[in-house]
Amino acid sequence: MNAPQRIRARTLGQVHVPTVTLSHGGGGKAMKDLIDDVFVRAFDNSALAPLEDQARFDLSDLARHGDRLAFTTDSFVVDPLIFPGGDIGKLAVYGTINDLAVGGARPLYLSCAAIVEEGVTVDLLRQIAGSMARAAAEAGVKIVTGDTKVVHKGACDKLFLTTTGIGVIREGVNLGVHLAREGDVVLVNGLLGDHGAAILCARGDMALATQIESDCAPLHGLIDDLLAAAPDLRFLRDATRGGLATVLNEIAEASQVAVEIDETATPIREDVKAFCEILGLDPLYLANEGKIIVVAPPEEAGAALAAMRAHPLGVSAAIVGRVQPGEPGRVTMRTVFGGRRIVDMLVGEQLPRIC
Amino acid sequence: MRYLDEFRDSAKASILVREIEALVATMDIPDERPLNIMEVCGGHTHSIFRYGVEGMLPKQIELVHGPGCPVCVLPMGRVDDCVAIAEQKHVIFTTFGDAMRVPGSRKSLLQAKADGADVRMVYSPMDALALARANPTREVVFFGLGFETTMPSTALTILQAEKDSVANFSVFCNHITIVPTIKAILDSPDLKLDGFLGPGHVSMVIGTAPYEFIAKYYRKPMVIAGFEPLDILQSIWMVLLQIKERRVEIENQYARVVPEGGNAPALRAVARVYELREFFEWRGLGSIDHSGVRLRDEYARFDAERKFSVPNLRIADPKSCQCGEVLKGVIKPWQCKVFGTACTPERPLGALMVSSEGACAAYYQYGGVKHHEAAE
Repeated sequence: MNAPQRIRARTLGQVHVPTVTLSHGGGGKAMKDLIDDVFVRAFDNSALAPLEDQARFDLSDLARHGDRLAFTTDSFVVDPLIFPGGDIGKLAVYGTINDLAVGGARPLYLSCAAIVEEGVTVDLLRQIAGSMARAAAEAGVKIVTGDTKVVHKGACDKLFLTTTGIGVIREGVNLGVHLAREGDVVLVNGLLGDHGAAILCARGDMALATQIESDCAPLHGLIDDLLAAAPDLRFLRDATRGGLATVLNEIAEASQVAVEIDETATPIREDVKAFCEILGLDPLYLANEGKIIVVAPPEEAGAALAAMRAHPLGVSAAIVGRVQPGEPGRVTMRTVFGGRRIVDMLVGEQLPRIC
Repeated sequence: MRYLDEFRDSAKASILVREIEALVATMDIPDERPLNIMEVCGGHTHSIFRYGVEGMLPKQIELVHGPGCPVCVLPMGRVDDCVAIAEQKHVIFTTFGDAMRVPGSRKSLLQAKADGADVRMVYSPMDALALARANPTREVVFFGLGFETTMPSTALTILQAEKDSVANFSVFCNHITIVPTIKAILDSPDLKLDGFLGPGHVSMVIGTAPYEFIAKYYRKPMVIAGFEPLDILQSIWMVLLQIKERRVEIENQYARVVPEGGNAPALRAVARVYELREFFEWRGLGSIDHSGVRLRDEYARFDAERKFSVPNLRIADPKSCQCGEVLKGVIKPWQCKVFGTACTPERPLGALMVSSEGACAAYYQYGGVKHHEAAE
């Protein structure tokens, strides 16, 4: 590993203008300066420093963590870029970490591709890259390769990020959406809908003042504890877009089982309930960025619940439902009122109701 | 949530359900002809499905989900007009969220937006007026939609625009009125309804008197109902009690919100700004006399229909669509020939599949567990 030492010695380029222009995407010195100033400085690590076209890892290093690779990618186009509880950078790091972690993988390396609209301030980019670097450091992963493109005004909305992640799945862990069976227990690690509600509020076009913050958080630590306490879990998934309802439908469909949840047991913050009430939205479909849905065999449900509750990201964990006899593929809810309703997949986006 | 959770109490719900069962047991209702009670308002339909109310009722009671979802009953021709206005270069077209998905004959507003029209979701007509002030070089059009519930807020916004001389603001008026529509349903020869849950928020504006004809001339009981599930159960119980005691009255279960005389300032604003149209076209129900309003001549400069040229074409409902029969309680949503096949929430053919408040969409989405289990 001599190369990193040599490259590290070079002086990083700097941007001296306040905003990004198309010249920063032209492949010349301006682009190099932007990448250095914003990303290389923030992500500072030995694998990135050589600025090769690819990051390189030793297979033996990877093999220490388990016996299979996990590989995932996700794009982030959130508006606004900065919102209560997080920003697009933190979201892009934790989102991909969580996609690896729910497969039972230890997240190790990320890439970061940025599409920047001309006119965005360099300070904003520095802020977002700084946030990514902090998020990655706290989660113990490295951002090791990346790409930057600058596009015409209107060709994207300020900043789009794509992160791709590599992780290693520990031996013996075998989780699958098709593995749920009758009698299994469905759990979540905490309050649902915070992220979706926070983003809608932060857009500011409904003039609702709330204290709701995004729940954006890396879940691999919690999942480590969970798998240690309950090694035979059937399935984990982070309930991002489409919320709890969508994940449950995916489970019911893939495993060909019926799932019933209990509305009174489903943990939702009062603020989020009130927010949904006003706009006519259903919190079961709101996005989360720090919540997992767990399907556990009945004998492990207690251990899984206890392990989550003992972790800071699982204090409000709860058993929300069960896999039970019924029409395969169907998700139902016992409502707070005592009735039952079907919880189906959402067709499009939830739109606020007229009255 | 205070003042809401109290109305969703499952212990009180079971008491009410037992009361309803006890009442039904004394009424000798034949299995093959259950009592059909129509909830007129889409908000009720939403609550009924959201809380699973239907499945809690004895099988002798069927709920018929009525025409009171303003988004659902919007005819395709009017959506086409919206799209035509929205696609004009200098226009910012503003609308309530759930109207975005309603299909026109060419496209929905959501598709028009994707194709480049400046269509924006607002939460109040006042937001649209604020947009007009902020964009003096653009024409801001508000898609006025809904029954008497939303009619006053549009009227007050127009009065505000007049007062402040905002010249670049107008309303594409599609407000409709509930009473002629209930009358049209009552007049239909294949009617199978035994009673009504009356609209709550419409009545908050118009009061209870406009419904008297339903009891007087059509001899059907009506209970004006609140939107929480306990409100709905209690109102159903009240309708049943009227039927059992052979009374036909307009009763008000939602007295905490609905005053007998309605809301006088709101009614004044409505009377000042609008006049009745001779007829208005409804998706699923056809043309109904005096069922829509337009802006009076004094407010012509705020009338998008006069400000912009629109195709103003009548587009017939698809032939296979049986929304009208569902609306009148003649068939259940899942008995329609195209339910869930040619007509789905992704590609709605008929009105009732459009909004989550439409009976068919509600069945498709939330599902009548009772119906599904009966079918299994």
